[in-house]
Amino acid sequence: MSDKLLLKGNVALAMGAIDAGCRYYFGYPITPQNEIPEYLSAELPAVGGVFVQAESELASINMVLGAAAAGKITMTSSSGPGISLMQEGLSYLAGSELPALIVNIARSGPGLGGIAATQGDYGQATRGGGHGDYRLIVLAPNSVQEMYDLAGEAIRLAFSYRNPAMILADAILGQMKEPVLINPAKTPDPEAPWALNGAKNRAPRLVKSLYLKDGEMTVHNWKMHEKYNLLKKNDTRVEVDCPSNCALAVIAFGSAGRIVKTAVSRARKRGLPVGLVRPITLFPFPEQAVAEAAGKSGRTLVIELNTGQMVDDVRLACSGNSEVYFKGYPGGTIPTPEEIEAEICMIFEKGGQRVCRL
Amino acid sequence: MQAVKKIKGFSAPRCLKENIFHFCPGCHHGLVHRLTAEAIDHFNLASSAVGVIGVGCGVFLYDYLAIDCCEAPHGRAPAVASGLKRSNPDSFVFTYQGDGDLAAIGTSEVIHAANRKENITIVFVNNSIYGMTGGQMAPTTLPGQKTTTTPFGRNSAGDGFPINMAELIATLPGTAYSARVSCHDAAHVRKARHAMFRAFQAQIEKRGFALIELLSACPTNWRMTPAQSVERLVDEMIPAYPLGTFKDFEL
Ligand SMILES: Cc1ncc(C[n+]2csc(CCOP(=O)(O)OP(=O)(O)O)c2C)c(N)n1
Ligand code: SF4
Repeated sequence: MSDKLLLKGNVALAMGAIDAGCRYYFGYPITPQNEIPEYLSAELPAVGGVFVQAESELASINMVLGAAAAGKITMTSSSGPGISLMQEGLSYLAGSELPALIVNIARSGPGLGGIAATQGDYGQATRGGGHGDYRLIVLAPNSVQEMYDLAGEAIRLAFSYRNPAMILADAILGQMKEPVLINPAKTPDPEAPWALNGAKNRAPRLVKSLYLKDGEMTVHNWKMHEKYNLLKKNDTRVEVDCPSNCALAVIAFGSAGRIVKTAVSRARKRGLPVGLVRPITLFPFPEQAVAEAAGKSGRTLVIELNTGQMVDDVRLACSGNSEVYFKGYPGGTIPTPEEIEAEICMIFEKGGQRVCRL
Repeated sequence: MQAVKKIKGFSAPRCLKENIFHFCPGCHHGLVHRLTAEAIDHFNLASSAVGVIGVGCGVFLYDYLAIDCCEAPHGRAPAVASGLKRSNPDSFVFTYQGDGDLAAIGTSEVIHAANRKENITIVFVNNSIYGMTGGQMAPTTLPGQKTTTTPFGRNSAGDGFPINMAELIATLPGTAYSARVSCHDAAHVRKARHAMFRAFQAQIEKRGFALIELLSACPTNWRMTPAQSVERLVDEMIPAYPLGTFKDFEL
């Protein structure tokens, strides 16, 4: 049965995780994500789960590692400095091929930065973030509904690929309220053939990321690479809305994608042939969808709440087949749809801030 | 891996695999592995035990003990163990950590795990030096002790003082058991075995956090023979790290 509720983004995400079977949360307070641990501290015990407020994000990500090694659905959430502290643990989770949900309700930086909405963690999230050759599965919601839905989706992907998955959102998505259709899935707990629960009637198991013997690490790196290729092939998610005569594809994710959507529909009302590409998975990046839209339009405009990070992936995907324009809003500055519309109009009239020429 | 030679009248613990230890001659890690294995056998834990292994010379524990094992990042084993135990309370969860792992980079994790009264057991090997990385100063290094990063001897003003973890952990209300033992002769190994059993018993009876600190030799990085190392352990380490039970759940 599904219900419609009016929820704050952070709460919707926490509910989505519980509804997808997550029962073990470990975290440390930081704004703007505190509603997640606050909600879970009350709700998890009621469903037989466990909530632990750790002494630091270093501890919480390693508690997540322990629960994941036990084969359980587990998560943590944080922001900015806390996510930075988790990077060592994320690298171990990826290296040990353990699934977990990590939520980054991003804040601006570097340093203590600010708490307003930003997308400055795109690079950290999509390149792995910690040491070594690995990637996180990264999902970027653009509504409270997607905060709920993608929490479950991230958990499912994490388990099918045995890799940590991150939800990358921000204060706009975490703090705003919208109606959400909730749908507690009755799916059985996923299988965890690695689970450390005592070698009863089976051989002992080992969860590790240390590979010292000659060539072992190389084999492991290639194995992980293959996994990421499979992920790319089967589980890339993107929203594309380009008219057949599209002459400019605007590319944005998350809360920026939301603002851009309004701007694009305003520009279309003016008669401008503008399209929208909104990556939902940031890793894997929807290269093909971006390449197609860019190739067809000949021009792309990338809008980000930072000084330019995803724009690098867009340029790689376009591989010279499109002019790439960029407009960035770092540090908590949020553009209005009218401002973006003006950027779009400027490109059609006299060209905007181009980062890549044909 | 090479197989162990059988010696008449001497049997290995059931959960100890027949692999030759990679440890240097005179190192006590092998002995601590054996004591851990004896406790697992004694309490019949081979089918429920999960070992969480810190980074140090003990990192290959899974090559020697036939139980489920998980590697933890350097210092974070008590946090990993907390996650394992909280999500699966039926398993018996212990960590195996060196003094760099537990008393330097992982001080926060061990103190807060004790403070939360995590029902886990910590096997803590204190050899007063960083073994695996080649003999650098540890927080447990004695004043005046020469290491590769204290070439003129540890000078407490600036390099700090030895940290007595077993006493410190005993002060926390979440701690059920905390003791320090030594591995240098048969009589002390017997006492160490008893303490190991107590530290396991604490978790089995759900009493809370248990820690056993074992004073051990690292002949290689102490630049000594095994025999000299035993002398140093008795003459220098025990005076700085008094042996004893600092907390016991039944006392
Ligand atoms: C974050 C991090 N920093 C440093 C290291 C390098 N390192 C590996 S083991 C070790 C110290 C080991 O000493 P100890 O814990 O005393 O164990 P021992 O080898 O003496 O048994 C260090 C510093 C690491 N693996 N990870
Ligand atoms: S370096 Fe020291 S601690 Fe490591 S195995 Fe050798 S003697 Fe043991």
